[in-house]
Amino acid sequence: MKFGVIVFPGSNCDHDAYHVISKHVGQPVSFIWHKETDLSGYDAIIIPGGFSYGDYLRAGALARFSPVMSSVREFAARGGFVLGICNGFQILCEAGLLPGALIRNRNLHFVCAHINVLVETTDTPFTNELTRGAVLRLPIAHAEGNYTCDDATLAELQREDRIVFRYCDDAGHITDKANPNGARDSIAGICNRARNVIGLMPHPERACEDLLGSSDGRGIFHSLTATLVHAQER
Amino acid sequence: MTSELITPEVVAAHNLTSIEYERIKQLLGREPTFVELGIFSVMWSEHCSYKSSKVHLRRLPTRNERVVVPPGENAGVVDVGDGWCAAFKVESHNHPSFIEPFQGAATGVGGILRDIFTMGARPVASMNSLRFGSLDHPQTGRRNRALLAGVVAGIAHYGNAFGVATVGGEVMFDDAYALNPLVNAFALGLVRHDQIFFGRASGVGNPVLYVGAKTGRDGIHGATMASAEFDDEALEKRPTVQVGDPFLEKLLLEACLEAMRSGAVAGIQDMGAAGLTSSSCEMAARAGTGIELDLTLVPQREQAMTAYEIMLSESQERMLIVAHKGRERQVVDIFKNWDLDAVVIGRVTDTGHVQVMHHEGTVADIPVNFLTDEAPVYERPMKSKTESGRQKDEDVAVGGGVDLISPAPPSAPVLESLARETDNEQQTTDNGQIDHNDALLQLLVAPNVASKEWVYRQYDHMVRTNTAVLPGADAAIVRIKETRRALAMCLDGNGRYCAADPRAGARLVVAEAARNVVCVGARPLAITNCLNFASPERPEVMWAFSETVDGMAEACRAFDTPVVSGNVSFYNETEGRGILPTPVIGMVGLVEDVRRVIQPGFKQEGDLIALLGTTNDDLSISEYAATVLGRTTEEMIERGRVPVLELQLEKAVQEVCLRGTEAGLLRSAHDCADGGLAVALAESCFSSLNRPAIGAGIELNGALAPPVQLFSESPSRIVVSFATEARAQLEEIAAELNCPFVVIGRVGDTSLRIAINGTLVIARDLNEIETVWRSALGQRLQTEALAAAAE
Repeated sequence: MKFGVIVFPGSNCDHDAYHVISKHVGQPVSFIWHKETDLSGYDAIIIPGGFSYGDYLRAGALARFSPVMSSVREFAARGGFVLGICNGFQILCEAGLLPGALIRNRNLHFVCAHINVLVETTDTPFTNELTRGAVLRLPIAHAEGNYTCDDATLAELQREDRIVFRYCDDAGHITDKANPNGARDSIAGICNRARNVIGLMPHPERACEDLLGSSDGRGIFHSLTATLVHAQER
Repeated sequence: MTSELITPEVVAAHNLTSIEYERIKQLLGREPTFVELGIFSVMWSEHCSYKSSKVHLRRLPTRNERVVVPPGENAGVVDVGDGWCAAFKVESHNHPSFIEPFQGAATGVGGILRDIFTMGARPVASMNSLRFGSLDHPQTGRRNRALLAGVVAGIAHYGNAFGVATVGGEVMFDDAYALNPLVNAFALGLVRHDQIFFGRASGVGNPVLYVGAKTGRDGIHGATMASAEFDDEALEKRPTVQVGDPFLEKLLLEACLEAMRSGAVAGIQDMGAAGLTSSSCEMAARAGTGIELDLTLVPQREQAMTAYEIMLSESQERMLIVAHKGRERQVVDIFKNWDLDAVVIGRVTDTGHVQVMHHEGTVADIPVNFLTDEAPVYERPMKSKTESGRQKDEDVAVGGGVDLISPAPPSAPVLESLARETDNEQQTTDNGQIDHNDALLQLLVAPNVASKEWVYRQYDHMVRTNTAVLPGADAAIVRIKETRRALAMCLDGNGRYCAADPRAGARLVVAEAARNVVCVGARPLAITNCLNFASPERPEVMWAFSETVDGMAEACRAFDTPVVSGNVSFYNETEGRGILPTPVIGMVGLVEDVRRVIQPGFKQEGDLIALLGTTNDDLSISEYAATVLGRTTEEMIERGRVPVLELQLEKAVQEVCLRGTEAGLLRSAHDCADGGLAVALAESCFSSLNRPAIGAGIELNGALAPPVQLFSESPSRIVVSFATEARAQLEEIAAELNCPFVVIGRVGDTSLRIAINGTLVIARDLNEIETVWRSALGQRLQTEALAAAAE
């Protein structure tokens, strides 16, 4: 199986995602420059964190127009797996691959910290090796991570079990205090209707080694790998 | 400036003295052109020429077997093993940050990052040392809070988008910085030993390329601004502050590293202070060549810029590259792929001159050495603190000499005299004693001691997934992915000590920085320094500078930590009021095995707690004196006594900590600094990532008064914790190294309890004091923070 990490001008977690896939997941991985359009050799695409195009306008607003994004759209439509982390989540929302939007954190500050998320569903290729209700400790680092959407979208997300992660406290309780950015319904990550595209604000690629404070992100990559192995065996 | 006529007023406006101007005419054998005057003014500015500091800086040790690139290049480089080198430097951006805190701080970060990747190193970590006036000051507090909020937002804006982990630093408050805040930015990058690049215009005939952002009229005369004191018109200088673009810098980084890897680059230099002028002149000077520039080719973002403006612009995110002849196309293509300008604007010559052409023909033709080697060097007059003091009081001039430097120790024990003077009823109990529980709480919420979480949560401190010790510890640790090694780093300064006794103060600062990296398990390697001072034209400032250099040199020799890079920032004064002498030390240490790092927090119920080192009566200049006794900085400096640093003891304390760590015996280590032992113990109890708060029971003994035992800031002390079984081995190591080692208590419970000679003097619920310690800074800053964030 082959992973691709998209590099926009201004991506800065591209190396981190690459490192985790090659070193800790142990799978082949390449960088994909945003001007490329051929994704045929890939099984999973990671849109990494960073500040694509500086994000001076609105996070992800320019990146969605990069040539590679129409290929990502086709890739996803064919059932390919797409994981958007932080800026990647923002880009997926801007590109319409995921519903809703990410607006400025309610305290208007960039926030970098370890937080907790609750695994809300294991019915995705990215969480099927996890346990529903488990608490993962993951880092966040963003200024625009406050997820918002209209009532109809929220109801749809809830009805279709597409809220994948929600911010919670150490014990797994969803509280306002444990919500680091004011996200609606404490949403930290969602998936699309076909469940093959996921976006989340926390950085699982920063949580794959005890040395860095947490290994809880590994489960997400392991789920994806297991899904891909399964798919290949079939 | 449109006038081309050089009058004495024009010369003065360029911050050149009439003597300096005469020297320019004498060197050239003619009147300079207006462009040449501009070039001389920036190259001979204090900021670029180090004309007042040069004679002193020579006394600093700059080499040992690990030093690969000593001072003189854009950053110092040190060998860290396995073929890897660390390039690092700290630099001031004080003046711009006072005028425009957000952009001033942001471009400070941008500038230091370019200094690092100019060397071929990818920046992996940054830190900041910040100093502001008091947040609670009735008159200036509001502005100080706004400055802090703006500076932090600016650093976050630039570093986070660029993608460098901002892993630590320091934030201190003292009214001496109210009109001159200090913003010192540090960055560190990693480079393979054989891939280091230099800022040299080598190879006659090689093309000179301009790469990066287009040139605008921003920042003209920034270096000259940083070479003069402020007056009440400071804010009118706002147009000289540049605007930073971290996105562009990120592209510039990737393009530069790619160009360097391609083998097409012969030399490279960032266009920082004094822009195109200093980069071209310094590159030619280092290589002993000349350089020819055609300014009509320089990419410009404004109409009708003059040669003068192009040469002096300090637009950000630009670099000058000397390519190997015939390979310029390759460089241009690489930059094009990153959507960046790369244009050949000149070539390397053998004339030894910098020659500048514009529409009107040759506008400057100056032998490079006139701008560098021939720049003025001043041995400015110096007058010791004691001399100035006596002259003022008794009108008696005294000769120099070391014995005059240290103020005589006060006859009565300092503490008693301090306590006697205290008339704050609220802080004293019925017996006239200060309540230690209250004192501890007051210290924990004091901005200098309170958690800096509010600041570092705004910085991405984890990007690039190397941060093994997060902000909040004594030093940060960044691992080197390709190896088992890691680097520890911290920034330290202490203006109060250096004001009271600059030589002793500088030694103490170096010792503390070394101790801080030791506390996370690293061996001190080398330092970079940022020397922040008031006007060098005042003899007492120059004396303090000279003393600082000597104190620093002595301590650096003792720890074998050469100074590999740095920066001098003079003229930190406004309306005649200068800052405290504030040398800031950036210490880098090496960890051989990253799995062996330790952190400040107590780990395990039942573990023993010991103090390495000895407590003395060092309360007279301390957070306790300032916060609890209400001493002003002036009172502390005039009447206080700087702690005595015994280098042998300091080294022994550090060595015990290191050996204990390397042998896997220690579970935690924490330096006793601001607020003394009691604060160090409280901080060791507080929770950290994956580690809940845990209490401690402490028994102190001895004749020293309780406040001294609790809050004295004696140097050379580390609080360590370890399992009971490790005790014998640790005691053996301590005995062998002649290091005082006293077991003072045990980890456990949910409160901090300290007894002195059998009497319980502190009993605090941890939950309660950790909450106030963590939130104290943020609570003071709500309003200003929102305003800064909205920018």
